[in-house]
Amino acid sequence: MSDILLDIRDLSIIYATDDGVTEALNGACLQLRKGESLGLVGETGAGKTTLARGIMRLIPNPPGKIVSGQVFYDGRDIMELSEKEMCALRGRQISMIFQDPMTSLNPVMTVGEQIREVIITHHPNLSKAESRKQAEEMLEMVGIVASRYDDYPHQFSGGMKQRVVIAIALACNPQLLIADEPTTALDVTIQAQVLEMIHGLKVKNNTAMLLITHDLGVVAQNCDTVAIIYAGEIVEYGTLQQVYKNILHPYTEGLFGSVPRLETNSKRLAAIDGMMPDPTALPKGCKFAERCKYATDRCRAELPDMYELEDGHKVRCFRYEKEAQ
Amino acid sequence: MFKYIVKRLLMLIPVIIGVTFIVFFILNLSPGDPAAIILGDQATAEALEMKREELGLNDPLLVRYVDYMVGLAHGDLGLSYRNSISVWDQVIDRLPNTALLAACGILVALVIGIPIGIISARKQYSLLDNISMVGALVGVSMPNFWSGLLLVMIFSVHLGWLPSQGMGSGFGPLVLSLILPSVTLGMNSAAMVARMTRSSMLEVIRQDYISTARAKGVSERVVTFQHMLRNALIPIITAVGLQFGNLLGGAMLAETVFSWPGLGRLMVENIKSKDIPMVMGCVVVMATMFTLVNLVVDIIYSFVDPRIKSQYKKGR
Repeated sequence: MSDILLDIRDLSIIYATDDGVTEALNGACLQLRKGESLGLVGETGAGKTTLARGIMRLIPNPPGKIVSGQVFYDGRDIMELSEKEMCALRGRQISMIFQDPMTSLNPVMTVGEQIREVIITHHPNLSKAESRKQAEEMLEMVGIVASRYDDYPHQFSGGMKQRVVIAIALACNPQLLIADEPTTALDVTIQAQVLEMIHGLKVKNNTAMLLITHDLGVVAQNCDTVAIIYAGEIVEYGTLQQVYKNILHPYTEGLFGSVPRLETNSKRLAAIDGMMPDPTALPKGCKFAERCKYATDRCRAELPDMYELEDGHKVRCFRYEKEAQ
Repeated sequence: MFKYIVKRLLMLIPVIIGVTFIVFFILNLSPGDPAAIILGDQATAEALEMKREELGLNDPLLVRYVDYMVGLAHGDLGLSYRNSISVWDQVIDRLPNTALLAACGILVALVIGIPIGIISARKQYSLLDNISMVGALVGVSMPNFWSGLLLVMIFSVHLGWLPSQGMGSGFGPLVLSLILPSVTLGMNSAAMVARMTRSSMLEVIRQDYISTARAKGVSERVVTFQHMLRNALIPIITAVGLQFGNLLGGAMLAETVFSWPGLGRLMVENIKSKDIPMVMGCVVVMATMFTLVNLVVDIIYSFVDPRIKSQYKKGR
């Protein structure tokens, strides 16, 4: 139990707007051990970013609201912390890399100052020169020469900006890094570089990581455990081996089916039929029932539980109800 | 940067030509004979004719305009029709008073407007936000000759706290006599600045880099001022620069209401007596002031926004 760093229990988050209530996340349960990487996979709008922001307690409010659930970080429930305690945690213990490096840096501050800000916030006793030196070291660590400390974000390319964002996130050696699609906005060669760098730094500092992506290949390369999320619910959860070798949930099956294969000579990409349900009017039963080829009447009427198989592989589908018991 | 400033200063020339052209012709083509106004009803036709000749009013309009512009190019604003004193001396005498009043007006606008805008944006749709924005609407809608009189009624007539007119001499009385005109003058602008600050802050508030800043664990105070306000400042500066133009216009009214010895009042008095060189002098100085303020605003931009600064460096 002691090596569990992050334990999310039944976390639910809604966005209440004039057009209705969006249930962005419903009863998510996840665990992350120290130094481990968890891949969170799902399509756009499935609630991945909401989950990440929920852990940081950075849901924009209004309209967002955490309605229930607990998030234990190192044994303490984050939801119970005061805003001041939360500030001490953010950037120091848990840090986050955002999706789009183009917009996640402040355009009117030098990149060096933006790195130094996180250092000085959590180490207020450092002198200006010392904190600047540390920030310069961080720049060097992500492969940018320290002489560019005084440059502004608009003077950097997208890949370099993402390196700066990573430097900010890792400046205080956090225990947990939340990377929200860190490579989506970058082109493929830069993607590989950035991922490699994150991986290297993570191993070096024994940082745990929650990697959010919709790229199954990226997960296979970087993660130890995988959670598949669909319409705000985690539908399958297990180790990389379990999920990749023994696909259980029909949605996961569809996801893997849509990955193009080199060996077959197909002209069209396979896709899952249908659309994700409207998040303001989610179906009562299984959220995936509409698109599922195995769906029964029960699936449409009743929400399946998370069934745990013998080896700890979890899935939210009635087809495994018997197997789990 | 230096090149840019020189270029902008050269732009002053067409601005002055345009402004003087329009004002000169409006003043000269509008009915009323300056000679008749100076000499009064009893003057004989001969005396009037002599006066007109003396003032150069018998020359064709275009010739007079060119003469005026040649004088202006030599830094000569001409002599007053009424008492033949140098227009330049009069204008320079009054200029600091108007500049002081305008600066205090801007100060009032910023001190009231920016905090209200920030609070409204941070607490969007709250009661506080609604009250502030209704207040701002009222502020924008009140003409300042009326709000000025209202303030005089309350603070000078009923409460007797502040002087109702004139400019106090000595620091204490000066400050006291500045309060009412500055508030009158700054009120409209404060409302504008508040609305501008609010909308500009709201635009910034949902940006990704604000999330980044929060994710660093910095306090909300730092997020608001260091990350939000600095980015929101550019449209605010533009608004303030443009407000300065309104302020100069407003100064005419406020100075008249409060008998403030500034350029605006000088201008109003001389429009009444059709002292064309005097009015022209005031207009030229005000137009120059406005253009220079706009230049200063543009220079301030480059200090606030590094992206603009690097554009200047590339050489424009």
